[in-house]
Amino acid sequence: MSTLGELAQVFRSKNAGPFLITIDVMFESMALFERVAASGAITPAVVAARYGVKAEDVRVIDYPRAKAIKITMPRLWGTRGAGSIGDRDVYGAQQHAPLLSVAIP
Amino acid sequence: MDQLRLIAINGMLGYGYPVASLERGMQQAPHLLGVDAGSTDAGPFYLGHGVPLTAPRQIERDLRPAMRAAREGKVPLVVGSAGFGGARPHVELFLSIADRIAREEGLRLRTAVIYADLDRGVVETALAQGRVRPLAGAPHLTKEDIRGSRQLVGQMGTEPLIAALDGGFDMIVAGRCCDTSIYAALPIMHGFDPGLAIHMAKIMECGAQCGLPLAPNDCLMGVIHRDHFLIKTLHPGRRVTPQSVAAHTLYEQPDPYEIHEPEGTVDMKNAVFEQVDPHTVKVSGSRLLPHAGRHTVKVEGARLIGYRAALIAGIRDPNVISNIDVVTKRAEEMAFANLDGIDPGKVSVTWRAYGRDAVLGERDPDRRKAAHEIGLMIDVVAESQDLANTVLAMMRSSALHCPFEGRTTTAGNLAFPFSPSDLAGGPVYEFSAYHLMEVEDQVKLFPYDVVTLGARS
Repeated sequence: MSTLGELAQVFRSKNAGPFLITIDVMFESMALFERVAASGAITPAVVAARYGVKAEDVRVIDYPRAKAIKITMPRLWGTRGAGSIGDRDVYGAQQHAPLLSVAIP
Repeated sequence: MDQLRLIAINGMLGYGYPVASLERGMQQAPHLLGVDAGSTDAGPFYLGHGVPLTAPRQIERDLRPAMRAAREGKVPLVVGSAGFGGARPHVELFLSIADRIAREEGLRLRTAVIYADLDRGVVETALAQGRVRPLAGAPHLTKEDIRGSRQLVGQMGTEPLIAALDGGFDMIVAGRCCDTSIYAALPIMHGFDPGLAIHMAKIMECGAQCGLPLAPNDCLMGVIHRDHFLIKTLHPGRRVTPQSVAAHTLYEQPDPYEIHEPEGTVDMKNAVFEQVDPHTVKVSGSRLLPHAGRHTVKVEGARLIGYRAALIAGIRDPNVISNIDVVTKRAEEMAFANLDGIDPGKVSVTWRAYGRDAVLGERDPDRRKAAHEIGLMIDVVAESQDLANTVLAMMRSSALHCPFEGRTTTAGNLAFPFSPSDLAGGPVYEFSAYHLMEVEDQVKLFPYDVVTLGARS
């Protein structure tokens, strides 16, 4: 058993426009990517529970060409998108941490 | 014409690039130089306030060698989202910099300027006709959003740029513009496959971000052929691999298989990436699925919502740290109790505890872990700078001296690093529009003006 944070080579988040956050988890080898993708541990429901968003608003996309899993969800902070009142992360660059500890069998 | 060679000078005008990379690219006789100069990444302030994120001096530094090289090579220089936000004040700032460079270099440049500003009435009509829809995650657009926008721009696609390229100008300065249009317009104009052109442009618009090591601050060359394109690094120390190029389509995109543009959706599911040499990757198989109906233009607006005053103060005492939620709540109540005539509903006060959960708030899985030090930020936004300053001053003194059970720090709960402690943040904006608008004719919406930059004859 490992955590997603231990297995990833690149683990990053960023805005995809001012109203969406996208997280890229990239792996060093195809074997690692396939192990994580096949584990079923990263699902919209798992992500939704960790971020307090609706599962139907979360997309999880496998991208084997770059040995990567992409997760896209609505932005969490700010009254109206990036940079609005109450925002915590204008570029969305530090929003991946809640997924670091997801257990991968 | 069986191929076109295009150079992106970097991923963002003002980020810098090695001039030697540009010179190496110029030796390959390119057909166009381009650069993306804008973004919404840094938030709504820059669009709303009409100023760039990048320093004008750095814009000038990056622009000068490109303007010189484009003239020497007799190829057009295309600048997209000029001045960062791509609204009229941004474009005018950009033109004043470009004009000064042209004069100093003794250049005389016939220039097409494509403003991206949208008439409020045009957008209101589109809204009334049901031709406006929010992008994922954005709220629905209202008439008030349109009317209240300080700046309102449309992100033009390739067609307005093609119209300008067709005019044979030395330089094309576009306001807010799809990053891809900068590099896709010329190939599409010459009948190259639009799916390949847009995919290539998507990679080029970030400079050598797809390189190894990655670098938004270096040049990149794209060479389009009839059935594939090549991505080439121009720095001897920078390589590309099929994986580094493929991975780039993940960046800042909601979906790595699709790019949505005014003209349609580029489907990259069947794209094939192959290594040609250490500096070159070949890509084929991407295709454009054109929109069945009208083209869609992204509308971006920003409106002023107030003025900010903020401070950050350290907390080191374990008792204060464990009572921080009590302190901030009580301090806010005490402050408003003494702010006569100020409606708390019209002022926004945000407390952020750096060292605990300032980045992730209550979603932070580790927020219950004991911190030994916290940076407490008090962030006030109000309708005037004076009111924001006044409210912040009361929040500060109330938090500094806030009582709580078991308090030993009766001389003060906070460590201020500065005198004065309070910082005026100036105007605060929010995105009033981030929507798709269906349009009949992009060229009519974004016509070009002709100006001459530099030496008057």
